[in-house]
Parts: sequence; structure tokens; C-alpha cells
Amino acid sequence: MLGLNKNDMRLLLIVAAMVALAPIILNPFPESSAMAQFNAGYPDLMQRFVIFGIFAIGFNILFGLTGYLSFGHAAFLGAGSYAGMWMLKLLSINVIPAIIFSTFIAGLISLAIGWISLRRSGIYFSILTLAFAQMAFSLAASVLTPITGGETGLQTNLNDPRVLPSFLGGGASDGGNIPKPSLFGMEMTASFKLPVAGWEWTFNWGYYVCGVIMLVAFYVAIRVFRSPFGLMLRAVKSNQQRMSYTGLNTRPYMLACFVISGMYAGLAGGLMAAMDPQVGAERMQWTASGEVVLMTILGGIGTLIGPVLGAGLIKYFENIFSKINSSLLHEWFAFLPDGLEDFIVAIIYPFIGKGWHLTLGLMFMAVIIFLPGGLVELGQRIARRFGKGRTANATGETKPAE
Amino acid sequence: MSKTNMTRRGVLKTGTLAGAGLAVPTIFTASSAAAFTNEPTGSSVTLGFNVPQTGPYADEGADELRAYELAVEHLNGGGDGGMLSTFSSKALDGTGILGKKVEYVTGDTQTKPDAARASARSMIEKDGAVMITGGSSSGVAVAVQALCQEAGIIFMAGLTHSNDTTGKDKKANGFRHFFNSYMSGAALAPILADRYGKDRKAYHLTADYNWGYTTEEAVRTSTEAMGWETVAAVKTPLAQTDFSSYVAPVLNSGADVLVLNHYGGNMVNSLTSAVQFGLRAAEANGKNFEIVVPLYSRLMAKGAGKNVAGIFGSTNWHWSLENVGGAKYAGTNAFVQSFGQKYGFPPSQAAHTTYCQTLLYADAVQRAGSFNPCAVAEALEGFEFDGLGNGKTLYRAEDHQCFKDVLVVKGKENPENEFDLLEIVDITPAEQVSYDASIFGGDLGSCNAGA
Repeated sequence: MLGLNKNDMRLLLIVAAMVALAPIILNPFPESSAMAQFNAGYPDLMQRFVIFGIFAIGFNILFGLTGYLSFGHAAFLGAGSYAGMWMLKLLSINVIPAIIFSTFIAGLISLAIGWISLRRSGIYFSILTLAFAQMAFSLAASVLTPITGGETGLQTNLNDPRVLPSFLGGGASDGGNIPKPSLFGMEMTASFKLPVAGWEWTFNWGYYVCGVIMLVAFYVAIRVFRSPFGLMLRAVKSNQQRMSYTGLNTRPYMLACFVISGMYAGLAGGLMAAMDPQVGAERMQWTASGEVVLMTILGGIGTLIGPVLGAGLIKYFENIFSKINSSLLHEWFAFLPDGLEDFIVAIIYPFIGKGWHLTLGLMFMAVIIFLPGGLVELGQRIARRFGKGRTANATGETKPAE
Repeated sequence: MSKTNMTRRGVLKTGTLAGAGLAVPTIFTASSAAAFTNEPTGSSVTLGFNVPQTGPYADEGADELRAYELAVEHLNGGGDGGMLSTFSSKALDGTGILGKKVEYVTGDTQTKPDAARASARSMIEKDGAVMITGGSSSGVAVAVQALCQEAGIIFMAGLTHSNDTTGKDKKANGFRHFFNSYMSGAALAPILADRYGKDRKAYHLTADYNWGYTTEEAVRTSTEAMGWETVAAVKTPLAQTDFSSYVAPVLNSGADVLVLNHYGGNMVNSLTSAVQFGLRAAEANGKNFEIVVPLYSRLMAKGAGKNVAGIFGSTNWHWSLENVGGAKYAGTNAFVQSFGQKYGFPPSQAAHTTYCQTLLYADAVQRAGSFNPCAVAEALEGFEFDGLGNGKTLYRAEDHQCFKDVLVVKGKENPENEFDLLEIVDITPAEQVSYDASIFGGDLGSCNAGA
């Protein structure tokens, strides 16, 4: 179906189910329980999960297939955000022009940057992309202030023109307030809350818009991976020189791949602007480029689902772990005797709250050392273990307990 | 290419699915029963304290958080009550806000607008915060203020000094207690003209971001009105740590005053660099070379050490204000005492403004009798109060900016201890730093209660 084989179709359906049920899956703990702190099923974070999922999927098309490590993808994310934001300001508060235009602009910019950077490979390519991204960041933060809003960033305003007719989302003001980004009248922030027993599930409209776009992006990525074009990219990864010697010009393939990847980043950027109308220059900083590399490696390079998992994990840490403060820790360990409580809190404290980077770093090291294939490899190992157990039982063989 | 087979059954199936899909949005339109976003229904109310815990302003953020915790303690009837006893409005009685116990959640803004908004959104969407406050940078304040406006939440700005927060980017749901660049310029200029003369030539080093621009402009305008001349204004990157290349050309530029439009770590580094280059001891145009720092804070003075001695600047509040200015500034000592008792050192101006903001919000809710942002905003607009350490203060209705006296301070020559770093030179009365609400443009819009 849809031009996919059975396995890929199953993967797509699993991802679709996960996206659809995320508000339920991500809220495993009842509202009133002490563990509710670890719930991630609120709109902002769910939107971030899928948006960064798109970003990482796109990055993986470049890095996973061709092995070209770009350190400048944040530039496309940021450019997409600014482009989307300007559409929200000038044209209409409807998110569709914003999303289309952001993808388009990011495509243009990645074409220009790719044109130059792809003349080199390996570390030189990485450094070139990094240089371009830092350049874009500095431009956005200072020189281009009239376009980017500088350090304060860009927001929607009461005096924006929004020239389209109002049924297409035009119009500057909504009863003295700035209108919120919407899809034909459905505001991105609109949510439907469903209390079930102790739980409260929030189904957010904006999240589902992002979710559907993520599924389309995921589907396109599968098609790219399985296409002859994808095969060509894999060949570049295994031996680019040999390809050149056989008379194939790899540059058009690489450039196309780079642009596709950049457009994914732009799409993610446009969605970020559409979900939360504020763009800051730090979205282009090299740390943001590094983050997507981490996401992809953490999840599993070159796998389809890996980058999405990696993106989810990093965003979870950033938003959930960073919010645990010492008074919460004391609350949790209050059942222990005083001295022991202070001792345990003192040990855990550096790893939570503002120390969440430390925890993430340790985990990243553990994954690199023990699971070079990322979270996907972890899943495969578990599946293999259970799979083995099943076949062993079926053949009647018994294995000594380990 | 893939082949498409159309069957009657297939078309029906797809049609049903598409129909169901299209019908989904209608369940989202069901409006909830709450009158406004995060209406507190239980026995407690949650406030969101969004401060920088990492990054260049982490020191200020930590001090803000201490003040918030103190304010919550006082609102819930704990401690010695701090400024509740001196505050001119007596609506608060130490039983929380409207009888609900005050609870709080904290977040890290990282001094990045994006991170600050993510943190604020999680407070609103996940923790049900009814008010967001904090921040130590104007970029963050403007970003979070816009978010709160959109979500239907009150935003009580923390340390933000740019004119834009209550100027170009003002919002109906946002309120600022702290002073701004314009007031700094207006308060400083007369003192500078008095001490250094009216025929000075100034050289500006300006942090290359929004706050730097408005501060430079404010100081330029008000000093030029006094007869000063501006020789040059050079922008320095925000992330700069070594300012020697920026300071080196100053002495030969013909200027005899250096204005450092820097804050936090920037100011500490640039000032140190300027002193190392011997600017303090130098003479230019037959006059002593002078340095001015428009926005001062005790934490910065601490960082720059004895380099701040004799350097003028302005500040929103200082812990010695009541001792110097007298009973007019009641509240200062009460606050310093209860802060000192809890943490062992005097509060910074960042701590003071955030403590005041929390109290002002709680008081407005109490007087309005509701947590509804529109009712709270109405209670705050045009509110005149006293006893929060700054003397008589007005929350102006037109731009949600507080108007109060501004302090001109000078780095102490011989500090007695590590907290006694600034000396109050002059207290500029509020009338002298007031301006017309329309000069910065912008539009408040109308209040948004969300939901």
C-alpha cells in the first residue's frame, strides 16, 4: 500500500498510532500522584516532540544516508522560522502560507550553502556548514535586526498588515488582541481536555496539525530511503571516489539530498513559528545544530524511526528534568531520616534541574559506548532476546538459566 | 510507478475515513467551563517563577528566586511578613491570596527567548500557573510577555530595563515595576553635568542588542541636551569577554568620558579592561577622564571589585535607601531585614523588584476579588502605592509602567564590607523622570483572559 513494503507499512502505522495516542501515552501518571511531574503529555512539549522529530528525520536523510555531517542545520531551522513568521505578519494568520513559505526559503538557502559546502567532504564539509550557520546566527542577531528583530526576536504585532481577506486569516486585530495562528479558524492553541478517572488528557489541535505533517514527512523519508535515489546516496556513503571513477557525477545527488534535508529543517522551523509565534536568533546558534546531531546519534543513525526517538528523548530531558528543583527532591525523599535525606538530595541534585545537561551527557556516553546503533539497537536487542526465547520454546530446546 | 486501483468499496472506505477525520476538529470547539485560563479551583494557587538559572545572568536569577520564595512565605503568613507590614494597601492578610495557599513552580529561562517561552508554556499548560513572573533580560521579558498575552495570563516583569518592554512591545497583560533606560538617562544627565561639566565629549561602548540600543539612545539624548557631545558609539557583541580592542582606541578619540552601556558580565569585563588601560588616571582635553555606567547593580559592582570606585550610574533600588533617604522609603529596611535573616546577605535590586511584583500581583487579586487577568489588570492600572521601598509609586494605566524615584549611585571609594559597594549620590524624584506614554509607540491592545 502507498508504495511501501509490508515492514515499512507496519512501521508507518505504528508511528501513526503513537502520534495519535501520544496525549494518552505520554501521561502515564494520574494528575494527583507524585509522579505527575514526569508526565509529558501537555501541548507545548508534544508539539516539540513532533517538530524536532521532523527536523531530525530531515537531518538523518543527509547524515544517515550519505554520511555527510552537517553542523549547520540550525541555520535552515531558523531561516524557516523567520520566513514563516513574516508570512504570519504580512499575509495571514493561517499557518498554511507560513509552512509552505518557510520550506521554500529554507530550500533556497540550503541550495546556496550546499552549492559551496559540497565542494568538500568529511571534516571540511562540516566546518564549512558550521561557518555558514554561525554567519547566519550573527547576521540574524545583529546586522539583520530590521528583518529578524535582533536579540529580542520577531513576534506578531497588532499593527501587522495581514493583507489576505479575513476568511483566509487576514486582518490585524481580533477584538483588540493579536489573532493566534490558526488553520481556517481553528486556533493552534485550542485544546480539548478529557478527564478520565485520575488522568487528564489534553488533545491539542496544533499538536495534531504537526503530527499529521510529521507523518507525511516520515512517509516521504521512507520513500527516499527505499528509492533508487536513496541507493545512490548510500553508495556515496560507502565509497564516493569509486562512484566518481565509474563515471557517475555524485554532486547533483548530494545537492538534491542536502536541499531536501534543508527543506525538512525549514518545515520544522515554520511549524515552530506557527505553534508559538516568536522567533529568536538563538534558534540558529551552533548548539542547536549540535542538538540535532545528538538526537540522530542517540536514536540511531541511518534508521527511520531512530531520529524521532532521539528527538523525543532530548526534548523530554530538556523540559521535564530541568524543572525538578531541590524542594521537590526534598519532598520525594521526605520519608528518609533527615541526614540521609540531605545526603541523597545532595547526590542527585547536580543531575537534575539546571544540571540536566550532565545527565544527558552521561546517557549519551553510555549509548555511544554500549549501543553504537542508538535506541533502535536497544529495541532490536530486546526484540531479539524475546524472539530467541520464543523460537527456543517452539523447538522444544531448553537453555540453562543464566 | 505505482498503479492505482479504484474500487467501489475502496472509495467508500476512504470516504468514510476522510469524513471521520474532518469531523474530528469539531470536538475541539467545545468550549470549557472555566471563565479564564487556569482558574484556580482547589485550595491553592500556583504562580510561575521563570528566572535564568544558567547563562550570563544566573547570579541575578538566583537572587530573584530567593526573593520569590521569601514573598511566597510572607503571603502564606510565614516569616516576619517583610514589606507586608509597610505596604500602603492592607488587603493582604497572610492567608495566601483570596484564602488560597500560594504554591509555585520554577523554570530556567537560560536568558534565551525560546527557552524562556518553552518554560513558561509548560508552567501554563502543565502546572496550571495563573501568573508568570521573572526574567533578567529585556529580550526574554518581551518574548514571555507576548506569550502571556496570548495565553490569557498576567505577566509581572522581573529585571528588564529596556524601554521596549512597556514601550514599543507593551501588552495589556504585562506589568513592569523596574525602571527603564529613559529614566536612567533622565536621572543621570543632570548629575553628570553637575560633576563633570557641560562641555564633555562622550564615547559610547554599547552591548549589541535591544537593551544596549535603548540605553545608549536615552543617555545620548539626555546628555546632549545638557551640552555634551558624542564622539563615537561602538557596538560590542553580547558574547564578548575581552574588550581590550574596543577600549584601546578610546583615549585617542578626543573623548573625555567613556559610557559603558553594558550589563552583568559584559560590564564587569569592559570596566576592568578600561581601568587596566589607565583611563581612570588619564587626562583628555585638559580634564580628568571619566567613566559612566548607566545601569548599575550590586552584583556587578561585586564582580568588578575596586574598579567601580567613584564611577557613576543609576539603579532602581539599593538596600541602604531608607538609611540615606529617610522614612519616605519605608519598606526597604523591613525587606532587607527579612531577606538577610533568611539568606544571610542583603538583597539585590533584582530581588527587590521581583519581591514587589509578587506582592503587587497578590494585592491586586485580593482587591479585585478574582484571579481573572482582566480584573487584576484593572486593579493594577493607575494603582498608587507606598511602602514597598521606593516611596510613592504609580502603576501608570497607559503603559503599565511604574513611576518612582530613581537612584543615582557611585562606586564606593572605601567599602566597609563586601555588600557596601555603592553609595547613593542623589535621588531623582519621579516627576523628573516621567515621560509621555506615547513617545515609544506600541499599543497595549486589550486584556485577554484566555479560555
